[in-house]
Amino acid sequence: MPDGAVAQAGAPPLVSGRAGNRSLHKFMRRKSSIALLMCLPLILLIAGLVVYPTIYSIYLSMLNKKMTHFVGLGNFTFLLSRPTFRMVIFQSVFFAVTAVFFKAVIGFAIAHFMHNIPSRTQRVLRGLLLVPWVIPLAISTLGWWWLFDPSYSAFNWVLVKLGLPSVPWLGETWWARIAVVTVNVWFGAPFFMIMYLAALKSVPEQLYEAAAIDGAGAWQKLRYVTLPMMRNIISITVLFSLIVTFANFDIVRILTSGGPQDQTHLFATYAAQAGIQSGDIPLGASISLFMLPILAVFAFFILRGVTRRTQEQA
Amino acid sequence: MESSLPSARGITRRSALKVAAGAAALPFVHIRTAGAAGKLAAGFWDHWVPGANDVMRKLVAEWADKNKVDVSVDFITSVGNKNLLTLAAESQAGTGHDLQQFPTWEVQDYADKLEPMDDVVTRLSEKYGKLSAVAEYLSKVKGHFMAVPAVTGTQNKPGCGRIDTFKEQFGIDLVAMCPVGGEMGPGYDKWTWDAFLEYAPKVQKIGQPWGMPMGQTTDAVDWVGGLFRSYGAVLVNEKGEITVKSDAVRTVLEYMKKLAPYLPADMYSWDDASNNRALISGKSALIFNPPSAWAVAVRDNRPVGEQCWTFPNPAGPKGRFVPHLPYFWGSWKFAPNKSAAKELIEWLSQREQAQRLCEASKGYDLPPFDSMHDFKVWEDVGPPKGTVYNYPVRPQHHAEPSIAAFPAPPEIAIQIYNQSTMTKMIAKVTSSGQTIDQAIDWAQGELEGFTR
Repeated sequence: MPDGAVAQAGAPPLVSGRAGNRSLHKFMRRKSSIALLMCLPLILLIAGLVVYPTIYSIYLSMLNKKMTHFVGLGNFTFLLSRPTFRMVIFQSVFFAVTAVFFKAVIGFAIAHFMHNIPSRTQRVLRGLLLVPWVIPLAISTLGWWWLFDPSYSAFNWVLVKLGLPSVPWLGETWWARIAVVTVNVWFGAPFFMIMYLAALKSVPEQLYEAAAIDGAGAWQKLRYVTLPMMRNIISITVLFSLIVTFANFDIVRILTSGGPQDQTHLFATYAAQAGIQSGDIPLGASISLFMLPILAVFAFFILRGVTRRTQEQA
Repeated sequence: MESSLPSARGITRRSALKVAAGAAALPFVHIRTAGAAGKLAAGFWDHWVPGANDVMRKLVAEWADKNKVDVSVDFITSVGNKNLLTLAAESQAGTGHDLQQFPTWEVQDYADKLEPMDDVVTRLSEKYGKLSAVAEYLSKVKGHFMAVPAVTGTQNKPGCGRIDTFKEQFGIDLVAMCPVGGEMGPGYDKWTWDAFLEYAPKVQKIGQPWGMPMGQTTDAVDWVGGLFRSYGAVLVNEKGEITVKSDAVRTVLEYMKKLAPYLPADMYSWDDASNNRALISGKSALIFNPPSAWAVAVRDNRPVGEQCWTFPNPAGPKGRFVPHLPYFWGSWKFAPNKSAAKELIEWLSQREQAQRLCEASKGYDLPPFDSMHDFKVWEDVGPPKGTVYNYPVRPQHHAEPSIAAFPAPPEIAIQIYNQSTMTKMIAKVTSSGQTIDQAIDWAQGELEGFTR
């Protein structure tokens, strides 16, 4: 019997003759209504802090610099004609894809290692490995900045002590790109590790036993048991991380401010420079909205794969 | 009542709430006067110099008391561009502080939403003289002053050099060359960009290279802006025409190709603190900066601080230009109490108040009127005594306050400035292996984008 019917059956007879009160009463007695009411604060929060700003930024992106008249897609076509912005697109994609790839690989390797050590040691190590992820990124990036500092880099101090030449970590294009990706991997790998560890723990032990009886080795167990069982969680984690990594701001802002010569700018940092610092808010909004179609394409393919696999398993 | 009863630990819910509310309100100051005639919300720049905010707070309280106005004051930091974000948010929301402080370029950005201040500037100018060309360029829009050049936050970036190094390496007595009071001394006319280039190998050899940043932050853009102007190199002229393909721009880039090998190799990734650290740690003989670097040196490395002397930047064929970054006080058109904001701005700009603010900032702040550059603070502070006497641009300096990207129309100049077009051009020819023609072509493309 449906929940609503149960609720109605147990309801006291209504004494009020007003139809409005009766329907309100009925509405309030439904479980779905209560659920809606309980979710309402969150819905309002998302509407106020996500939906409204998104719509407003789309509106802003179609205005001229002084925000006095509508220019349609003029800001977007202008941006695509600029070599600097095309380089920002490249750098954003490079940053996000490289960082997510390394975070996934490192997270997967550590999760496997953790899964196979005694639980007591595992608990301690798990806590320690999560430290980079729980420290506010702006603070930990400052620590990294001291390590990469142009004049007083701790890394360079070690290199010089070993008789090696110092490296311009933040002053040369590719070193700077490697530096920002490294910090992002350091920060994000624990998230992958904890997600993969949870997924590994949910793989039934019997599958491994059956595979062992069939003569499967470690690689084959990983290839034919672990990975297929973890595909959905890997996909969702990669998607979530791609979204967050594409939108990254703190690391580049603190380490390089987009330099040298704009070569490490991401959409978010370039949008802040154009929109807030250079006083062109519509252009800044357009830059930040460029993330939307790129992430939509990623999300479409990843979520389609997840849905297909879920249907196959069902 | 339950809330007023002491708990087992002796803390009531009400007292806990009071503490929490007090803690939350810490960054704000509320100045309530008896029989307040109106309310005013003021947002001032959160000063670097310890104690400077306290004097501003006292001055506002004095004015509030005299005028029976209920004033709340917020000090908004420029760390992380919080002040820029606040301005953007207030302008979009159409609500905010009645009195706001605007950094260098922001008056131009928000001119449409600001209350004209012609009456205030006119009265102040009649009393104290003309404003600097840079202050007028940044605050005047379509013939109207949209904000008043402020005392606090306004700064110059002249040279801050080591007395001992200059004497030992080049035989220059900085104190005699740029003395406290009177005309400039011997050697001042020879303090040029050519001399700067000539001395560069010597200071590099002793491990004290010129501390010149070449990244995308303001210290880098400011000194390079002065260098460009000294050679008459203009990227966009006052009519908005792109003039980057010129012999003067080529000359500057050629000059920098010669100079760069003697500057710190990591200058391309220096930020606004790197040059300060280089001076303070004794690893540089000269930087271009406000007196904050010297002040920290006195605190953290006194032997270096005692050897610092502030003096104007080198001269080029077209003159001597000292980077100048004014701040402004203004009021939104939508502010509910514009008249009180104007009154407070005018009162704070008076000589007596300006003097107290400059003294509180130990000479960091610069009043916008030359007639106020006779405050004793720049003569008195030390060690060495008088070290920042030449921080304000004085008639005997034969120099001009300047801002990078001038004289381009401000809406273009702000983009040249914030996108660091000039330092990127230099980086392209000195570190990325590009030719001067390639760098100029790249800049031409960027500037076409800025002038759209």
